Amino acid sequence: MFWDWGYTLEIMPTLLRASLITLQATVLGFLLAASLGLVLAILRMSQSRWVSLPTGAFVEFVRSTPVLIQIFFIFFVFPEFGIVLPAMVAGVIALGLHYGAYCSEVYRAGLENIPKGQWEASVALNLSPYVTFRDIIIPQAIPPVVPALGNYLVALFKETPLLSAIAVLELMQTAKILGSQSFRYVEPITIVGLFFLVFSLIAAALIRQVEAWLNRSLRNPGGAR
Amino acid sequence: MQLRSLAICAIVFFTAGLAVASFAGFREFIPGLLEGALVTIQITIGGCVLAVVMALLAAMAKMYGPAPLRWLAVAYIEVFRGTSALVQLFWLFFVLPHFGILLEPLTVAIAALGLNVGAYGAEVVRGAVNAVPRGQWEASVALNMPRTLALRRIILPQAFIAMIPPWGNLFIELLKATALVSLITISDLAFKAQQMNQTTFRTIEIFTIVLVMYLAISILITVGMRWLESIAARGIARGRSQ
Repeated sequence: MFWDWGYTLEIMPTLLRASLITLQATVLGFLLAASLGLVLAILRMSQSRWVSLPTGAFVEFVRSTPVLIQIFFIFFVFPEFGIVLPAMVAGVIALGLHYGAYCSEVYRAGLENIPKGQWEASVALNLSPYVTFRDIIIPQAIPPVVPALGNYLVALFKETPLLSAIAVLELMQTAKILGSQSFRYVEPITIVGLFFLVFSLIAAALIRQVEAWLNRSLRNPGGAR
Repeated sequence: MQLRSLAICAIVFFTAGLAVASFAGFREFIPGLLEGALVTIQITIGGCVLAVVMALLAAMAKMYGPAPLRWLAVAYIEVFRGTSALVQLFWLFFVLPHFGILLEPLTVAIAALGLNVGAYGAEVVRGAVNAVPRGQWEASVALNMPRTLALRRIILPQAFIAMIPPWGNLFIELLKATALVSLITISDLAFKAQQMNQTTFRTIEIFTIVLVMYLAISILITVGMRWLESIAARGIARGRSQ
């Protein structure tokens, strides 16, 4: 007997509860990544080398080292400075930081695509840098890169099982505990896999929808008239 | 020029890491961590080879295979891209023994990472093959070449050059994913770091060295791929000028 339906039904409520933690970590992590990414992108485009070079080095460093080690680093190192973070918070910060570095590259592509004339016009109109960014640059730079950001949302979602390494009770950790209690790993781990597959496929379909919608509205600004 | 500066960066980072490590009085960490790094490199190389093979097979099956093979390839690509690498690793590690398949942890690690990255690579291969101009296919037909021969001698060699940069990114992804294998009891770099952290509590030093080591390996991959690209592109340029 490879698959026990009775056991599957028995563990389903526990796994569904754990999946809420997974989704929570995904949403919080991505909110952090999306905002941090924008800040990093703007800092990296700064005129001053003293700002742009260290930011660039930081982004490259974060992008080329494993997120698992970064999770450990944040979870174990912060307490040495007297800041004890709950595992969930440390995990969300690490995921947000890692994907923030990726998102910053996406934003940078969006920002660099803004024609120079837009900057010059803002200077001519005597707009402050803050107003220029908020009202002129960002509204034009963000919409085209939304699908790329969506891809990183899915990627971040698929990295949340790493939080099990610091004992956050998300889906993977719960499945492992269930498995070690009953010595049946087939059902919990397979269900977790299916859960990720279903959510990724739904998310991919949604991203395609958003992309199509954006393409329509970008080619035709101001709606169909 | 950029290749040289990257290589210099790699050497500087690596020696700086070693210097920091040896002069700050934790010489005792380095041998263990280097041992772990060796395992990490082994898994990376094994995973890369498997990933390239799987990507080529899956892409060819998806593009030119008969219907059942095509469905199999699509299912493989979607499943491995749609689920998490860690879930795949645990599935192979914990679930396969239930079906009577007992594998060494190292084999499971290479298989899981290779299959995972191979699924992403299949799309890279497909994109690169599609990017070869249609005229190349038409010319092969005009020269009365069988499809397989045209694919092997005309299309794939050209697609190969376009594939190199995205494969470089995937290899770095694979390197970073090898940290996961520490969770199935393989003593790679991440595992050694955890182990030493639990015995010595010198968290900052250990994890900083480990991060720098990963960075050095990933810069090495970047340099290697740039070099490969420059060699491949040289061949193309010569072909055109003649």
